[in-house]
Amino acid sequence: MTAFFALIKRDIRIALRQLSDTLIVIVFFVISASLFPFGVGAEPNLLARMAPGVLWVTALLSAMLSFDRLFQNDFEDGTLELLVIAPQPLWLSALAKIAAHWITTGFPVLLVAPLIGIMLNLKPEGLAVLLAAMALGTSIISLIGALGAALTLGSRRSGVLLSLLILPLAVPVLIFGSGAVEASIGGYPVSQQLLMLSGLLLACLVLCPWGCAAALRIANE
Amino acid sequence: MDVFSGEELTCIRSDRIVFAGFNFSVKAGDALVLSGPNGSGKSSLLRLMAGISRPAAGQITWRGKSITEDPERFFSDMHYVGHRDAVKQALSVRENLIFHSALRSVTSNIDNALDLTGLAALADVPARMLSAGQTRRLALARMLSSPAPLWLLDEPTVALDTVSVERLRAAIASHRKGGGIVIASTNVPLNIEDGVSVDISTFARENATLWSNGIADELGTEKRI
Repeated sequence: MTAFFALIKRDIRIALRQLSDTLIVIVFFVISASLFPFGVGAEPNLLARMAPGVLWVTALLSAMLSFDRLFQNDFEDGTLELLVIAPQPLWLSALAKIAAHWITTGFPVLLVAPLIGIMLNLKPEGLAVLLAAMALGTSIISLIGALGAALTLGSRRSGVLLSLLILPLAVPVLIFGSGAVEASIGGYPVSQQLLMLSGLLLACLVLCPWGCAAALRIANE
Repeated sequence: MDVFSGEELTCIRSDRIVFAGFNFSVKAGDALVLSGPNGSGKSSLLRLMAGISRPAAGQITWRGKSITEDPERFFSDMHYVGHRDAVKQALSVRENLIFHSALRSVTSNIDNALDLTGLAALADVPARMLSAGQTRRLALARMLSSPAPLWLLDEPTVALDTVSVERLRAAIASHRKGGGIVIASTNVPLNIEDGVSVDISTFARENATLWSNGIADELGTEKRI
């Protein structure tokens, strides 16, 4: 387990030293979400209706900017082949890298999301559910994105391929994530959507690190 | 008893047989030097030995067990220094070593490794400030910072100055004195004492066999088979 936390610590430290790479995701999230009032018009009721969907789609698209680097640097400098032959299982190392990715990109998005929500006139009663659903959703996106990043590692134009692989897989997250926020605004129970997201998270938590490990092994052959 | 051995190893890269029918066997304290022209498969062989890639045919055995059978035990007994140095530019020299030591279960001695590679004065310098040779020394320091009986070195002398090559030679000698095994590929004479040298290009097509006997015919010279 020391290796697991050492890997998380190292990735966070590198992210903090190369802060511009990390900030790009947040800045893109804020800017792309704030384009909507300009595009569709600053009509408060319209924005309030669109807010949950806009938040989820822009959060997903901004996360896409971070996945091409997730394994690429380690792959290029040879660290990844050392992780393949490290004494601990490769899926655990993959999970550590995914956890570090969530802490450095998913978590900041989670913190900024309520502010964007207020800007888009999202009803205050939806904010708590937005945070809960986003905490689950961004973790799922990190896991699925890491799987896509591992599968496209070493291929040409991996960024484009990555989007084609990940975005369709993220559709359930969008449906249940924005569904939960809309339900809470309408005064309906949200446990169903949050349970679905939790279920998706558990499934991804089991399958994605394992798939990542298999893909990383092939990439290093 | 043979500690580390491989039988009938075949390596195929994009439909081309790089080498076939390669056998090796080393005992504690042995050194095996892989030579051969560029593209003859030295790196591919070391990657097979390290378990990074799988041989198309044949099997590799560590202490009586196939390395695919108990990979975690094999990996914790082995250090691999490849072509790429696995150095993170954003981290300092010491932070790089701390990270790599944390991956291993044995206790490490980072200060000792820094002394052995002459990097002690640069311990807190970011790795991006290092020269190519210093980066290579950092990769070797990773290997020296935690003990493991088997060293697999892919062109360890690349970019090293003469003093560093001497240091590496001394480190290899003391490693072998303690019962360690060294398998290194090199294009320059490394002059490892009574190390067995094998030219991989001779395994390019025809089946051939090599056994390292670990006994020196002449001290201080490399034996060519």
